[in-house]
Amino acid sequence: MSRPPAGPLLEVDAVSVRFGALLALSGVSLSIERGEILAIIGPNGAGKTTLLNVISGFYHPYEGRIRFEDRDRTHLSPPDVAALGVARTFQNVALFKGMSVLDNLMTGRLLKMGGHFLLDAIWWGPAKRQELANRAIVERIIDFLEIQSIRKTPAGKLPYGLQKRVELGRALAAEPKLLLLDEPMAGMNVEEKEDMSRFILDVNGEFGTTIALIEHDMGVVMDISDRVVVLDYGRKIADGPPEQVRKDTAVLDAYLGASHD
Amino acid sequence: MIEILYAIFVGPFRDMATSPAFLVEVLLGGVATGLMYSLVALGFVLIFKASGVFNFAQGVMVLFAALTLVGLMERGVPVIVALVATMAVMVVLAFLIERVVLRPLVNQEAIILFMATIGLNFFLEGFGELLWGANVKKLDVGIPDRSFVVAGVQVNQLEMSAAATAAVLVAVLAVFFQRTRIGRALRAVADDHEAALSIGIPLKTIWLIVWSVAGLVAIVAGIMWGAKSGVQFSLSLVALKALPVLILGGFTSVPGAIVGGLIVGVGEKLGEVYWGPLVGGAIENWFAYVVALVFLLFRPQGLFGEKIIERV
Repeated sequence: MSRPPAGPLLEVDAVSVRFGALLALSGVSLSIERGEILAIIGPNGAGKTTLLNVISGFYHPYEGRIRFEDRDRTHLSPPDVAALGVARTFQNVALFKGMSVLDNLMTGRLLKMGGHFLLDAIWWGPAKRQELANRAIVERIIDFLEIQSIRKTPAGKLPYGLQKRVELGRALAAEPKLLLLDEPMAGMNVEEKEDMSRFILDVNGEFGTTIALIEHDMGVVMDISDRVVVLDYGRKIADGPPEQVRKDTAVLDAYLGASHD
Repeated sequence: MIEILYAIFVGPFRDMATSPAFLVEVLLGGVATGLMYSLVALGFVLIFKASGVFNFAQGVMVLFAALTLVGLMERGVPVIVALVATMAVMVVLAFLIERVVLRPLVNQEAIILFMATIGLNFFLEGFGELLWGANVKKLDVGIPDRSFVVAGVQVNQLEMSAAATAAVLVAVLAVFFQRTRIGRALRAVADDHEAALSIGIPLKTIWLIVWSVAGLVAIVAGIMWGAKSGVQFSLSLVALKALPVLILGGFTSVPGAIVGGLIVGVGEKLGEVYWGPLVGGAIENWFAYVVALVFLLFRPQGLFGEKIIERV
């Protein structure tokens, strides 16, 4: 409690996650500093998505602690984590496919809408005013992500790259303190990747949002991240600025598969 | 041969044309019954949409609600108080179901949750009879079961009150789930559980709400049916009629439940009255299931359904 407020936004402290006999994460510690873009990289099966799932409350560690803004929140449920101001996207886009892009983004505002679910149905006036206020914020995000032309399109009908962008929009609609992106550029072409990189940098630059992202494209990682954490077989093997991590021998081994036989 | 074809394809329509007032009566009766089916089907749809659970116990919830209401009234509790108490009981029941049945089974296969609702079905049936007794009870809600004539058409007061109540309830629920924030949350949960959790929608609250609504809907259905034919075990069979309604309307569609209920209600009444004599009656009992069968063959997703029922 006596920590200065400038401490890390999120701390993962010696966290281990187990699925039966498989140790998906083993004693991983890392911190996410306020305002930075942190990239989490590693070979397939290294535990990157597991780490994101632990942070966002989908999994709970059997060992270790997680602190957000200097508060222990190791055992919170996903909605509780969301309420703290953590938003995320998923590796296999998890949009509400039947809803329009606009409605998808509006769902991102659910937590920001005060009042009670049931009272909303009775008190028309305030609910309506609130809806409009939230709508204005969502419209700004739609402008920001340049998706005006598809706002009424059902999300499920969009091409993959745009779905990823809409999913980012839904996460942004929650005005998160921490934004977790699970492979935001997977399956994108070069142009789409450039767009997405620009959005990520802009979100970080304009709104000061702290971002942790998993990404496979090393070029992108080196370009946009302030710091890189490398996982391999559920362990952290490197942590530092991109140019340093790039030269790290353990990292090179992990990617070339040299030391695992 | 000609006579048979005539009796099937011409006779009934000639009868309808010669006595339009009677036809209107039949249609009204069909709409009244259909709305009740819609009401029960709506309970199914809400729960299925929100949690992917096919609630086998919906029919017994109707019985349980009616039993509780009658039981309280028999003990001298005034109607209004008994009604409020029954509503409270159904909400508590929803809470308990979420806690005791759904929560421990979260992330299990749909078939396991379905089996759990079968268990719930037997439990509620037994528990209801244990509490309130198994004999047929008369439910008097203060609306006389008598008919009067409007513009040459005979109208049953009880049936019309039931239909009006059901219509209002259906409309309120439709607005509630289409236009409010909770409706958006419900649709989100129906679409993708993980994503819904990640944006902060508490699944448990949504489940509690849909089971409560299903419980409240069960009260209305229980009252209306109970007032007509007494509160007894056969009330729970009403839910069986909701099944073809669901197949017709689509398991995930609120408007589908409403339209499907009306089609089944009106269709079976028309069939019974105009075609019934040809086959010695009882068309009402199987009409819905035959329609459902035809739909399963040619349009398994129903009229308005999106996802096929692969989750059942």
